[in-house]
Amino acid sequence: MPGDDQLLLEVKNLKKYFPIRRGAFGTVKKTVKAVDRVSFFIKKGETFGLVGESGSGKTTTGRLILRAMEPTEGEVIYHLEDREPFDLMKLSKKELWEFRRYSQMIFQDPYSSLNPRMTVRDIVAEPLIATKALQKEAVTQRIRETAKKCQVSIEFLRRYPHAFSGGQRQRIGIARALVLNPPFIVCDEPVSALDVSIQAQILNLLNDLQEELDLTYLFIAHDLSVVEHICDRVGVMYLGRLFEMATTRDLFFSPRHPYTEALMSAIPAADPSIIMEPIKLTGEIPSPINPPEGCSFHPRCRYAQPICSQSIPEWKEYSPEHFAACHFAGELELKGAFK
Amino acid sequence: MSALNSTPPVEIPDLEEQTMDRAKESFYTATQFQLMWLKFRRHKLAIIGMFVLALFLIAMLFAEFLAPYGSQSRDADYLFGKPQSIHFFDDDGNFRGMFVYSVISQFNIDTMQVDLVEDRSEIRPVNFFAKGEPYKMWGLIKGDLHLFHVEDAFIHLFGTDSLGRDVYSRVIFGTRTSLSIGFIGVIISFILGLAIGGVSGYFGGLIDDIVQRMIEFIRSIPTLPLWMSLAAILPKEWSPLRVYFAVTVLLGFLSWTTLARRVRGKLISMREEDFVFAARIAGSSDARIIWRHMIPAFLSYIIVDLTVSFPAMILGETTLSFIGLGLREPVVSWGVLLQASQNIKAIEQHPWLFFPAIFVVISVLAFSLVGDGMRDAADPYSH
Ligand SMILES: Nc1ncnc2c1ncn2[C@@H]1O[C@H](COP(=O)(O)OP(=O)(O)O)[C@@H](O)[C@H]1O
Ligand code: SF4
Ligand SMILES: [Mg+2]
Repeated sequence: MPGDDQLLLEVKNLKKYFPIRRGAFGTVKKTVKAVDRVSFFIKKGETFGLVGESGSGKTTTGRLILRAMEPTEGEVIYHLEDREPFDLMKLSKKELWEFRRYSQMIFQDPYSSLNPRMTVRDIVAEPLIATKALQKEAVTQRIRETAKKCQVSIEFLRRYPHAFSGGQRQRIGIARALVLNPPFIVCDEPVSALDVSIQAQILNLLNDLQEELDLTYLFIAHDLSVVEHICDRVGVMYLGRLFEMATTRDLFFSPRHPYTEALMSAIPAADPSIIMEPIKLTGEIPSPINPPEGCSFHPRCRYAQPICSQSIPEWKEYSPEHFAACHFAGELELKGAFK
Repeated sequence: MSALNSTPPVEIPDLEEQTMDRAKESFYTATQFQLMWLKFRRHKLAIIGMFVLALFLIAMLFAEFLAPYGSQSRDADYLFGKPQSIHFFDDDGNFRGMFVYSVISQFNIDTMQVDLVEDRSEIRPVNFFAKGEPYKMWGLIKGDLHLFHVEDAFIHLFGTDSLGRDVYSRVIFGTRTSLSIGFIGVIISFILGLAIGGVSGYFGGLIDDIVQRMIEFIRSIPTLPLWMSLAAILPKEWSPLRVYFAVTVLLGFLSWTTLARRVRGKLISMREEDFVFAARIAGSSDARIIWRHMIPAFLSYIIVDLTVSFPAMILGETTLSFIGLGLREPVVSWGVLLQASQNIKAIEQHPWLFFPAIFVVISVLAFSLVGDGMRDAADPYSH
């Protein structure tokens, strides 16, 4: 674990169980364990990647660490420059409201995340107005500055979102996230809904903004190939659980979890000398309502042993800053995408 | 984030958009309601319906001016009088403008009955914007100006009833009563639906369960027997005005359930909308989220529901009054008027007493047409 002065936030044992109702009268009560006992940390100024298939709980995790929804259990400790470390989940309503200017979010879907009934100006202004961060007179000035930074032309401010394409909308979403000058931004798959031709533009913009404004990113993605170029460290999620966390280099050279290895084998290699057999994941992704007992990956894992279906593997640090949850993480010789 | 640094900075791809014409820009800056209007406008029938409703609204607001007579004014020598003919040419074929003849009684020896026949000896011109029977507009402002008036004779476009009252004037006054019941009923169900559905959807949990069961209960009661029993409770000695308010409130209280369901459903689905999460993360309060984001997003659906529920109100009043449990004379509504045409004999001998029914049908149709157009326009952002 890095020292406190390096950390921006620590997530400890985070859980979010959604109750769902089944049956004719909603009598059969079950839960979806969207996020289950997740622990990780994010360092100041880095880009931390969270990777996993659709439905693995990434968005929910992102929302939880901004407390856009209440967790079932768990702590999220923030270490902000001018404050003592505090648990976000214990803040009162008023304190939470004050916290809003330290973190914002960029959404996956540039259509549903912008209120179609508000002008671009009102959308970008909302965090300023809702948090009362600036005097009225300063608001316009700040909006113009932010719009410029995010490559949103000033003339567009009076328009409504229906005037714009996906890429332009995403820039508006980025402007909204940045208008408060927050040190931390959750980017929830910010380019996966965009045309490939636009993706690089948005990624570049995010990169430039990070350098200019000294931002820390939680970057959510559904495949490893994007993460490889962007992230300093990566966490891998599966069915609500974190399976592995390491520096990008470490993870790509020597993964410790069989699921990570399977994901790696699917990345088209940049270096053709490395020939990797794609590891076929057999079977369906299990339902998050009835996840398998023990290690939830065991029905699809080619290294599975009897113990895997009986006990849940512990989340342990195997080498400095390299964590994994697998009974055999210390023993297996797994292949990475790099050599 | 370093590997991407090598790519050159990006040009803004929208440069040519900046040179686009005014029309496009005005579309880009169009508000929700402007976009809805653009969509609504394409429905010709809905536009016609809206025009008809505007006429009804005018009739409702200016009944005293549009009706030549008061709702209780009588022409004692013209009972069950037929609708009078409007003439333009006299017996010599000369154009004389719009006029009517007076009506006189004549004994018919063949049938041994008194017949009412036109007295063709003198024409009675129809004067527009003329002084006539004095009235108090909405019971407040004195006046005597009428849209049309005939000096020294009467004009009964839709004939008269058993007491010699002008059916046309009474239909106009009935429009005011029936539509105002619709309006007030709709407002009551709007407030109840929004409040109850809002609480149910926003807070969820036990409150939601209770409200949902209550709604299911109310909806499972057959309407007509319920109205009848509720209306039967109304004390007979109540003044017609009190009965009027009671009936209105009754209709409002029974029709909020659809709206409450709609509001609840919308709130539940909208709680999970990305832009609501965005607002929450931006630091918006619950009140701001509801007011600024949620209500504008489903207001249009509510307006559609209200428009569509209007006919039910009107028909409810008509039915109640028709079966004698709703409004009573001297209050005049479409239902009260139709009571007079209750039996086959009445319709056979005095078919003009049935005119109010045409108004009921037209208004219900108009509301449905407008509702159809609005339903399509309610979400102008769908593709
Ligand atoms: N509000 C909710 N109610 C019930 N289940 C939910 C809700 N939000 C998410 N889930 C479930 O939680 C799981 C994780 O979802 P999500 O965090 O969106 O995954 P990801 O972003 O990785 O695709 C999914 O199975 C999803 O169906
Ligand atoms: S715990 Fe067992 S099943 Fe799970 S990943 Fe490790 S080896 Fe595979
Ligand atoms: Mg997601």
